[in-house]
Amino acid sequence: MQVSERIKVIISMIGLDGHTMGAEVVARLLRDAGIEVVYLGVNQTPEMIVQAAMHEDVEAIGISSHASNYNQVVELVELLEKNDLKHVKVFCGGNIPKHKVVELKDKGIAEVFPPGSSGKKIVETFLNGTRGGKWSN
Amino acid sequence: MVQLSAKDQLILDALTSGCVRTCARLISRIERGEPGLVELLRALYMAGGSEKIIGITGPPGAGKSSLVAKVIGVLRRRGNRVAVLAVDPSSPFTGGAILGDRLRMIGHATDPEVFIRSMASRGRLGGLAKKAGDVLTVLSAMPWDFIIVETVGTGQSETEIMHYAAVVVLVQTPMAGDDVQAAKAGINEISDIYVVNKSDHPDADRFRRQLEAMVGLGLRLEGDRLWRPPVVKTQSLVGEGVDELVDQIGQRFRTLAESPELSRQRFRHRLRHRVVEIVREMLERDIQSGNGMLPDSRLEPVLAREKDPYELAREFLSGGT
Ligand SMILES: Nc1nc2c(ncn2[C@@H]2O[C@H](COP(=O)(O)OP(=O)(O)OP(=O)(O)O)[C@@H](O)[C@H]2O)c(=O)[nH]1
Ligand SMILES: [Mg+2]
Repeated sequence: MQVSERIKVIISMIGLDGHTMGAEVVARLLRDAGIEVVYLGVNQTPEMIVQAAMHEDVEAIGISSHASNYNQVVELVELLEKNDLKHVKVFCGGNIPKHKVVELKDKGIAEVFPPGSSGKKIVETFLNGTRGGKWSN
Repeated sequence: MVQLSAKDQLILDALTSGCVRTCARLISRIERGEPGLVELLRALYMAGGSEKIIGITGPPGAGKSSLVAKVIGVLRRRGNRVAVLAVDPSSPFTGGAILGDRLRMIGHATDPEVFIRSMASRGRLGGLAKKAGDVLTVLSAMPWDFIIVETVGTGQSETEIMHYAAVVVLVQTPMAGDDVQAAKAGINEISDIYVVNKSDHPDADRFRRQLEAMVGLGLRLEGDRLWRPPVVKTQSLVGEGVDELVDQIGQRFRTLAESPELSRQRFRHRLRHRVVEIVREMLERDIQSGNGMLPDSRLEPVLAREKDPYELAREFLSGGT
């Protein structure tokens, strides 16, 4: 039988961050690239996102962050590891200052999209970052 | 008896003892259409127990997910463990999907006794997904007290949920339409319980009366005279009416248990559908997978109109050449 390699990811805000625009746009871009997006919306804690990642068996999590709650993104990465979900990649976008980008990557965030990142680049990163890039041929 | 490999036996044991992680992984393998899962699914069916699937259906945006969230809350308070399968539509153009049911249920996002899985319909019409039957086989083998299935937002003829759920709840809103909509066939005929959600709307009582009148006139299955489908008013954002809804769901399960012949009749109906579905899937696989079940040479006589496709189909089914 045909094995269908559909990618499934989570898009979410984290903590007290009410800026949903960026996340919604990215969710649509990913959908248009053939990805299945579990959209979690606002007021998510790292614990909630980890449980969702486990239940939904996703390959990646995209966090949109506009409230400088980077600590929680790091916390999310740690919590994933603690829950045997290290294989789930975490991407982060939003108004992230340059000096934070390196720091976040050091702490295990797979990729950071600072303001001005193109939609094409975001989609490609998701595609290449999952299934070892197999899916995007 | 089904003979399982050691690996599958481990999966079976993990599932019957309630391992959510194993469940999540297996659902992905099923969704991917991974071959070689049949033996495990057979064993899982055998491990399944009494029926506990509740179907929640209704038009897009009626408040199904918000209502499911509140129903989970009531069930949890009453000590039940709950699994949810929530289906949302895939884009017909790209195959991608935005699965937005889970976000309405975040009140239960860290409860270890609640499992929520979103699923894209992947082109299946009818309100569910092609693999929903297999996924429900998995969930039914686990120690959940109830399994809730939320369909995609449905129209009038997406009635597939009746083939899977023991109890079907149809969620509508007062803005749904006029008396004619309430009387139409299809989705309105398959429900055990009717919900008028968004009953904060001024037309809620009028709509409820219309539904009640319709239900009063409705034909019911022979042997099911004891159950007059109730109409329950809810406000799923604040939880109003949800206790009553859960009571009615419980009552429905009880009346079914008290009418064993009727329950068996409904179960047989669902099983018949399930078997046809499995046959269809097996046939599709055999025909389309280039296994050579229908090679060019067998199509040639039909092409030349020496034979008709009905005869070929009959031969195919009976395994002849
Ligand atoms: N006024 C009012 N709005 C409600 C009520 N219940 C849900 N809503 C709103 O209706 C909208 C849709 O709610 P959902 O729960 O996502 O509806 P749904 O039927 O699951 O939607 P789909 O899965 O997309 O078909 C949301 O904006 C809710 O806030 C209610 O009782 N009253
Ligand atoms: Mg919904």
